[in-house]
Amino acid sequence: MVSKMPMDASAVLSEIRKGFILESIKTGKRLDGRSLDDYREIKITENFVPKAAGSAMVEIGKTKVVAGIKVEEGDPFEDSPDSGVMALNIELLPMAFPTFESGPPSEQAIEYSRVVDRGIRESKMVDTSKLVIESGKRVWMIFVDIDVLNYDGNIIDAATLAAVTALKNTVVPASKIGQKDYALPINATPVSITMAKIGDELVCDPDLEEEQVSNGRITVTISEDHNIHAMQKGDIGEFSLDEIRKAIKTSSNIGNKLRETYLR
Amino acid sequence: MEGNIKLIRDDGLRLDGRANNEMRPIKIQTGVVQRADGSAFIEWGANKIIVAVYVREAYPKHAQNIDRAIVKARYNMSGYSVEERKRPGPDRRTMEISKVVSEALSSAIVLEKLPRAEVDVFIQVLEADAGTRIASLTASSVAVADAGVPMRDLVVGCTAGKADGKVVLDLSKDEDNFGQADIPMAILPRTGKVVLLQLDGDVTEEEFNEATSMMMEAMPRISELQKNALMDKYSLEDGE
Amino acid sequence: METKKIVYPGDKIETGDLKPRNGMYESNSEFFSEYFGVIQESEKFIDVAPFNSPYLPRVNDKIIGKIMDIGPTMWTVDINSPYYSLLHMNDSPWHVSSGDLERYLKVGDYVYARISVSNEIKESWISMRDNGMRKLETGRIISVKPPKVPRVIGKGGNMINIIKTYTDTKIIVGQNGFIWVDGEIENVKQAIDAIRIVEKEAHTIGLTDRMEEYLKKMKGEN
Repeated sequence: MVSKMPMDASAVLSEIRKGFILESIKTGKRLDGRSLDDYREIKITENFVPKAAGSAMVEIGKTKVVAGIKVEEGDPFEDSPDSGVMALNIELLPMAFPTFESGPPSEQAIEYSRVVDRGIRESKMVDTSKLVIESGKRVWMIFVDIDVLNYDGNIIDAATLAAVTALKNTVVPASKIGQKDYALPINATPVSITMAKIGDELVCDPDLEEEQVSNGRITVTISEDHNIHAMQKGDIGEFSLDEIRKAIKTSSNIGNKLRETYLR
Repeated sequence: MEGNIKLIRDDGLRLDGRANNEMRPIKIQTGVVQRADGSAFIEWGANKIIVAVYVREAYPKHAQNIDRAIVKARYNMSGYSVEERKRPGPDRRTMEISKVVSEALSSAIVLEKLPRAEVDVFIQVLEADAGTRIASLTASSVAVADAGVPMRDLVVGCTAGKADGKVVLDLSKDEDNFGQADIPMAILPRTGKVVLLQLDGDVTEEEFNEATSMMMEAMPRISELQKNALMDKYSLEDGE
Repeated sequence: METKKIVYPGDKIETGDLKPRNGMYESNSEFFSEYFGVIQESEKFIDVAPFNSPYLPRVNDKIIGKIMDIGPTMWTVDINSPYYSLLHMNDSPWHVSSGDLERYLKVGDYVYARISVSNEIKESWISMRDNGMRKLETGRIISVKPPKVPRVIGKGGNMINIIKTYTDTKIIVGQNGFIWVDGEIENVKQAIDAIRIVEKEAHTIGLTDRMEEYLKKMKGEN
């Protein structure tokens, strides 16, 4: 008979545990004691990698990511001669989870990267107009590399938080070209909040087990202008419009709190 | 750049003459890739997209799901489909689209009825003119139904966005490039449940709600076109 | 031409007093179609008969299969389905020794066989150890969409029988949609044309009578 052996038992959630999580969530409580809208404990270590132009380690519960920024000289895009360039990439390191593999990025890594990128880009967080060295010829390029070191759910929020923190402490190394170093010009502080649909409930900041029982995930990224800059429904599953509106409200409320507490 | 390009004319209409809640013309056909188990061709504005569906045992064996089918949509753009030649093969954008389209279709297909199988959905964008992911998904669900794969509903999609600060339905290429937001969405029309939703740009909560209402209103019209496309094939066969 | 009621995936099925059976799903005690197809009502049951659907192996179905691969003890067989079937050498009509399978059936050969085993995950095995089961050596094979097979056969075989009689051919209709037609070349062509008409008009009412008309006319013209 055909069977599919996972590489590690943590990649498969037992049926008993699934039932337990679902039952618990029906009562409005989660296995770790959180209520449905509660976020896990967040720990941020700024300038975690001093060699980088900016960096941060972010832990949300046991999920652990490091974002590091490199700023290099490069060519502007032809259609935007007066704008610097930002590129963002998330690596799901094999050490972080048994099903993460080395090699070219998976669909999952690409989706996560693009969702995080859109939130930061569309909120106009980085003022790319102030990254021009010579119009149409030379600009500063901001490379945001995010490594996932330990996976326990909700990589998108952890990666956004890490990237935003790292960008906020990034220095543009202009002294390399005979000018003065300057802090990366920042216009906004986007925060992404991800929720999983479990049973009929929306659960904020899902951990790994919750992701494994969920039917769909939704991420909403909002900045201090209260506007929505990115949204993504991911995974197999469905949401009603009411649930989506609720997700926006939750994201707005919790995002504000996180911004106040961690991103001042 | 943004803001400097006028997208709404003085008479209140959009550059291509559409009202803010007006769709571009849509045409859907089935049975266009004869070798496939199911297929569809969609023209949505200037978008031209062809979809072929094959149902088979997933291969290799260890890639099979013992209790349900895997849905694998592959969104691919022809080199000549866009202004500047698109380098063949998947890139980050097309891989993300493939993923969200696969997930949206998976939400509609009765996966348990086809254990160990793979539903391959090959999407080829021959001409791209904004809104390709939604046009692809709308055509894909017709092709999947044409293949006789059991489905709970026909997934239907639409986009809305913001141009010159106004919420508009079914973005044109200019509105997509120079507007302030793009919101593709797809639903299962029977329940109205959302199976694909993305957003990028800058919208308030109110604008988001306006955009989704506008899309919800347009969906039944697109559903009708999907059904007509399926029906046409059978009436045509009768006439032969 | 009168047709049966057509439904699309997600359409509500009004079951009335009938028991809902195939091609639909339940949600909040209501039933909805899983297919683009037609409503079929019998005395007790209501079904959605899809216009198209892949063939799924069922025990005791008599099918036509095409040899795709040869192993040491088993042939892999295409049964016009997403799922391959297997034919073990001991289930063939010959005394085959291990490793010597190609002598009896080569890749590309067609067999008429019965599904002897099939399981929940659509794995299946076929057997040729029944009366009439054999390798198909002459004739032509065509395929029709699996849901059209009952129509091609007709009630009690009357559709396929009139086609056989009027065209003077031998025909085996595999329940998987592969059909074998043998006879004089012109006759085989006529039989295939007739089968194609049945396939296309399967969802219409009064088809058997119209087919007989068609065959009569065709014969008169010759």
